[in-house]
Formats: sequence, structure tokens, C-alpha cells
Amino acid sequence: MSLGTLATPYEDEVPISERGPAAIDVTAGFGFWLFLLSDVVLFSALFAAYAVLANRTASGPDGLHLFNRPYVLVETACLLFSSFTCGLMALAFGRRSAPATYLWAAVTFVLGAAFLGLELSEFARMIGEGAGPTRSAFLSAFFTLVGTHGLHVTVGLAWLVAMMAQVATLGFRPVVIRRLLCYSLFWHALDIVWVGVFTIVYLGPSHV
Amino acid sequence: MSERSMSERGETARAHDEAPGVERARHHGALGYLTGLGFAIVLTLASLWTPGIPVLLAALAIAQMGVHVVFFFHISSGPGDTNNFLALAFGVFVVGLVVFGSMLIMANLDANMPMSMEHLMEMQR
Repeated sequence: MSLGTLATPYEDEVPISERGPAAIDVTAGFGFWLFLLSDVVLFSALFAAYAVLANRTASGPDGLHLFNRPYVLVETACLLFSSFTCGLMALAFGRRSAPATYLWAAVTFVLGAAFLGLELSEFARMIGEGAGPTRSAFLSAFFTLVGTHGLHVTVGLAWLVAMMAQVATLGFRPVVIRRLLCYSLFWHALDIVWVGVFTIVYLGPSHV
Repeated sequence: MSERSMSERGETARAHDEAPGVERARHHGALGYLTGLGFAIVLTLASLWTPGIPVLLAALAIAQMGVHVVFFFHISSGPGDTNNFLALAFGVFVVGLVVFGSMLIMANLDANMPMSMEHLMEMQR
């Protein structure tokens, strides 16, 4: 087989062992996908700890008395809509439109920051009521799980600001596009983890 | 067997690997994200207003995670997505092992404790 055939329409017939390394867009995206999955495995350990300790309240307040469902629903809506606007941002940088990218990035940032603000004020209220992480094993597990998710959201917001600075200074060069793509995957992953938090932590107490 | 004849039987005729999250022709741009958002809203509200049956809540949560994976991550079982899909399957497997393994073992230890945990706590005081 001559080298010329590699670039012809017969390309798909080259067996995978002879195709050479994949394009960097693919390897970077796949590597980040593996990181995200390992991050989800990290969260699974925290979910397991929470599930085991959820009823160990040491005679302290339990979830049924601490959590306010309408409040959590607003938090959930903020994160879900920010995931949606992050998708719109991905479409915008996909067609290399800087104004649309800035617009949807700004909306995503505001919604993410609103989520974080609501979460922090919930934490502050709980600690003020004497339901801090040192009160019981249940609350230690709660603050560790939800706090780790909140930490991820914080990192995501900082990363979004950094990416907008890169779009402004470097433009839509391939490396910036790859980073933006990894960023949007990260942000969607946080929403998937939140589905677990919402269901297990906030909807769980109704049937315990 | 020549490459050509294998290809005719569809064994090597596969698309190139694709990165996760890349918008592809089969998703319809903003409409794909809008569909995902709609499903996610319906499933969230449904889980909020169910009578709190654990199996039903779990089913709704898993369905919602599936919606996110398909409409936001654009992961499919298509040929270019083999690696992404296998990695996802392994991730789901490990998560299941960690969560259900921990719960099973801790419930078993709890059931085999000669005294209840509350008893032990009181003895320590």
C-alpha cells in the first residue's frame, strides 16, 4: 500500500493498528473525559459515605428538618440552566462567534455564581443553627459531599473567567477551542453530579 | 484476507474516533440542547413531586443522567464513540461497585454488631 492511499476516500479501510496516532482534538477530549470519569468515581466515594452515615444524626437535626425543598429547587434550576447556556456557548465558539461566546459565558457565570451564593448562604444558615459539620456524622458527610461539589463549581467559575481572557487575548486558535471544549464538558459533569446530590441528599429524607 | 474484502463485510468500515462533547450532525445545534433541557426540567419536577418511592426516585435520577450524557455530552453508542462509551461504562461500573459495595458491607456490619451504635455512644459518655 502506498502512502498516498492514506489520504484518499479509502482511509476508513485502514485498520486501526495502522492509522497512527489520533488527532490531538480527539486525544485531548478523550483524556479529559477520563479525568471527568475519575472525578465522578471520587464523588461516588463521598456518596457512599453519605449513604452510610445519613441516619447517624447523633440526636442532632436530620435532613427532613434542615433542608428546604423550594430553596433547593431554585439552586437546581440555576445549575441546570447554566449547563444549558454552557451548551449554547459551545455552539457559539463552534462557529467562532466571539460576541455570542462572551454573552453565553456571562450568562453561565451569573447562573453558576447564583448557585454558589445560594449554597453558601444555606451552609451559613445551617452552621448558624448549630448544624455545622462537627455536629454529627450525617452533617460531616453532608458538608463534605455538597462542599466538594461547591468547590468544583468555584473552580469552574474561575476557569470560565480564565477562558474568556484567553479568547480575548489569543482568539479562537485550536488550543483555545480545545480548552473551551474541555471546560464545557467539566461544567456539564458538575450538573450530572448535582442530579445525584439533589436526589440522594435533598429528596432522600422524605422516605427515611 | 485483504483489507478491501473485510471492509465490504463491514468489519473495518468504521468512522474515526471522536472526542466527547463535540457537536455532530445528528444533533441539531441549539435544538439538541433545548430538548435536553426540556427532558431535564420534566424529570426534575417529576422527582420532586413523586411520593418519595426510592426505586422511582432512582429511576428518574438515572434517566436524567442519561439525558445529560446524550444531549449535553453527545456520547452515543455509535462507531466513533466506542472508546468514550467504554470508558463511561467502566466508570459507571466502578461507581456502582463503590456505592453499593459500601452500603452492603456497612449494613452487614451494622446488623452483626452485638450492640447498637446508640448503645456504644452512650457507654462512651
